[in-house]
Amino acid sequence: MSTAQFVAWLKLAGPEVWITAAALAVLLVDLTAMRGAPARARRGIAVLVSLVGCCGASLYLVQVPVQAVAAGGLFAVDPLTQLVKLGLVGLTALTAALSFEADHTEHVGEHLALLLLATVGLMIMTSAADLVMVFLGLELAGLSLYPLVALNKASPRATEAALKYFFIGATAAAFTLMGFSFLYGLTGTTNLAGIAAALHGRAPDPLLALALGLSLVGFGFKAAAVPFHLWAPDAYQGAPTPVAALIASGSKLAGFFLLGRFVVMAMPEASHTAAPAGGPDWTRVVAALALASMVVGNLAALAQRDFRRLLAYSAVAHAGYLLLAVLALGGAADRTAALAALVYYAFTYALAGLGAFAAAAHLERRHGDSGLDGLIGLGQRAPWLAGGLAVFLLSLAGLPPLAGFPAKFYVFAAALEAGAGARLPFWLVTTALALSPVGFYYYLRVLKQVYVATADGAATPATGAETSREPAAGGKLSLDTPDRAVSPVETGVALLAAAGVLALGVFPEWLLGPLQAAIRQAGW
Amino acid sequence: MLAWTIYVSFAGALALLVWPRRWAGAAAWGALGFAVAGAVCGAVGGRAYQPGDEVLTLVRVPWVPALGLEYHLAVDGLNLPLVWLTGLAAVAGILFSWNVREAPRAFFALYLALIGGVYGVFLSFDLFLLFFFYEVAIIPKYFLIARWGSTRREYGAMKLALYSFGGSALVFLGVLVLYGHGEAAGAEAPLDLAALARNPLPPDLQRWVFPLIFVGFGVLAGLWPLHTWAPTGHVAAPTAASMLLAGVVMKLGAYGALRAGVALAPAGVAAWQGVFLALAVTGIVYGGLVALVQRDFKFVIGYSSVSHMGFVLLGLVTLNPLGLGGAVLQMVSHGLIAGLLFAVVGRMVYDRAHTRELDELAGLRLARRLPFAAVTFTLAGMASMGLPGFSGFVAELSVLVGAWEARPVAAVVTGVGFVIGAAYIWRALQKAFAEEPEPGAGGDGAAPAPLEPITLPERVGAGLLLAATVGLGLFPGVLMDYILPSVRGLLATGQAGGLP
Repeated sequence: MSTAQFVAWLKLAGPEVWITAAALAVLLVDLTAMRGAPARARRGIAVLVSLVGCCGASLYLVQVPVQAVAAGGLFAVDPLTQLVKLGLVGLTALTAALSFEADHTEHVGEHLALLLLATVGLMIMTSAADLVMVFLGLELAGLSLYPLVALNKASPRATEAALKYFFIGATAAAFTLMGFSFLYGLTGTTNLAGIAAALHGRAPDPLLALALGLSLVGFGFKAAAVPFHLWAPDAYQGAPTPVAALIASGSKLAGFFLLGRFVVMAMPEASHTAAPAGGPDWTRVVAALALASMVVGNLAALAQRDFRRLLAYSAVAHAGYLLLAVLALGGAADRTAALAALVYYAFTYALAGLGAFAAAAHLERRHGDSGLDGLIGLGQRAPWLAGGLAVFLLSLAGLPPLAGFPAKFYVFAAALEAGAGARLPFWLVTTALALSPVGFYYYLRVLKQVYVATADGAATPATGAETSREPAAGGKLSLDTPDRAVSPVETGVALLAAAGVLALGVFPEWLLGPLQAAIRQAGW
Repeated sequence: MLAWTIYVSFAGALALLVWPRRWAGAAAWGALGFAVAGAVCGAVGGRAYQPGDEVLTLVRVPWVPALGLEYHLAVDGLNLPLVWLTGLAAVAGILFSWNVREAPRAFFALYLALIGGVYGVFLSFDLFLLFFFYEVAIIPKYFLIARWGSTRREYGAMKLALYSFGGSALVFLGVLVLYGHGEAAGAEAPLDLAALARNPLPPDLQRWVFPLIFVGFGVLAGLWPLHTWAPTGHVAAPTAASMLLAGVVMKLGAYGALRAGVALAPAGVAAWQGVFLALAVTGIVYGGLVALVQRDFKFVIGYSSVSHMGFVLLGLVTLNPLGLGGAVLQMVSHGLIAGLLFAVVGRMVYDRAHTRELDELAGLRLARRLPFAAVTFTLAGMASMGLPGFSGFVAELSVLVGAWEARPVAAVVTGVGFVIGAAYIWRALQKAFAEEPEPGAGGDGAAPAPLEPITLPERVGAGLLLAATVGLGLFPGVLMDYILPSVRGLLATGQAGGLP
């Protein structure tokens, strides 16, 4: 390989280089200059360095237009991947900012470095054009996230979460690798486009179904789709807040984008030609996953008493909705709409999920756990944070004028359009809509704690004491006075995310327009 | 100008959110200012539209070009009267909330947000936009009731929110089907209401899309048997919110059912006419009968709303000009009357007597101690019974005639509903105001503590609504001239689109 070639590749991978450099710089600075400094200062500097890295990567993504497939077809860069990476970097920057208040570990440098490396993994997933790269990205992200979850060494819950996350993740990876090897055996290539070419016109056979089914396991794990969701409630609850936020946001966005890309690039003929009735085999599998995720996620979320576990099950439900978009991608004649719907939904969902974790961080610090009862009175203690939380939850419920509403409309419309002939998407959309009041109910129940339960306690102190079972003794002290546990950084992150969710709800075009343009330019 | 009704209301909501704490006491004045500004925008702006005109577009700009959605506001003879009603009800509601002491800024912010959503629904001419505003209105309703309400407020609020949202889910599916149809036809704006009416769905598709939309919106209009949120929600709500709920929010459902159901799927109406006529008539009779046996004064009014909204739903499915026009007029009329009744019960009586039990009220001699309330309730009750000279008479009579043309049997049963309507109002009037306590019962010798006199804002608010009811009763043509041409246009379009 010549030097010029190497430089050209480096140019394509510029954003990844920026983030990697930032990760190394964080480690170096924390190890040398900040050694022995107070923990808060160390966190501040480390977060700052990470933010600089994210800014550099974002500027690079915005300023340097590139479109090429590098490294012998391993790594594809086009306007669409750059747009998704921009979203990923933005989400990572918000996550890094949340880390400023994360006092769960002394290993500040390692925490942020791993966070950034996980992001690099997610970015590689976004650009992967080859099975090898897909797996590399999945594993880089995974292997960074497992220790991140476990970094809170004092918490048995975090350790349990990390173990579950790791074991299920490793098993899923093994299945996926198995599936990939079958695919390689069937087609003789690991390149996604090459696989598509080799599969073209091939009649469905059991071996192919097995290969695709096994491959789906890894994606299902990343997406937290039922039945691969078992790690999610524990990881969401036990992981340090910034890590849980990244798992809920960036990891979701990259995972679904990768799945969409896999479907588009490796299975182009899944659409009409080879599907006489009911679609090809893999769409039925995806439909089953979507149905199970929607039903299980929504119903299980109803029973949760812990805010983070509730978010986890709602994430499972949303994975079901997102799988509808993947399904649409499989059946659509014009894939632009379905792909745009998928990315729009995933990104707006990620933004709202991340914001909700900013509120969870506050809850956790104030009460030691994230029980829903701790939210009582948040509306008065921390009006801005509470307002942000209301925006996120109502957006997740799919209410206008928030981003979740157009996202839902777009995904459902795409799913119905793709299945003009088939009945399957119609019944899935009907199920999704039938379950939406369930979702609305559990989100509204949280907001009831935030805004209404306080008024109750204030009006009738006698019953107020009964309704609030707060573990922290000082919990009730400062209902009216502003709370010192409210962190300006978290509030800032929540407000930024809320502004984004609101803006994308009122003007969906701000994201949809560039997204559709990028998809057309990318031309896959 | 008309479009500013929406912007002024939402601007008011924002202004009250950031209203300085020092001036919290003046929040009602601020809210009143914004509500009056909205009402004036509606009244002045409405003059641009003359009876019999074509649809007048106010704003039409691309909103989400990627999806072909437009920000499209327009006015015709069907929504203009409702815009005027909203302005009046909004102002009156604030006048009856003058005594809100708990977090008034947040209260009025949510109130104005709700009003903004209502204006938005009425003025939207893109189905997505209409649905957007329709759902925007759900959240303020929930918090107004859950936070400032009374009897079982959290339950009532949650029930209302879930019923509305459940109805929306049905509508959502209908909207998606219409969107798919519009897009397949290659329309630039697939959900433009006028375009959808001109290019309707194939009749067999209409037949199953219509019930989705009609039932989905009908939930909010108190369609029997999905009406149960209405009495509990109305009773739990604070006075201003129950005035708005019964006055305008239930009309959102009826209006949606008219614009997106009847207008876009006339063949569906024809196919389902019998079923929905039966449901509407059942609602009228059932709501009346249940109102007849309530012990809580506010529940009487709550069930009466279900009964009177039954007339609206009945009119909507008659598919003749008189029935449809009567339905729209009944929306306005019931908005005024229900607002008035809830104002008397919630603000004038309950805030002073601190009870709504009819049996307890009977011992309080309210007719002597609150003569203004008694007179107002008597007049509002007469309007509610449908006596000539009040708006209810014209509206319900038109619906009845329309129903007779469609199915005579429906009109006959509805006649029974009229009688029941008179009976429950008489009963409430007698128990709450006219009954004298039995002499010597419970040592009644001491003079009861004086009740707070009726305040000026209440008098003004009641006067506004009463004047409107009587004015509309004496000169129904003022609105009917607007409504009927538009209704005929709607039916003509429907006939062109395959209506039998």
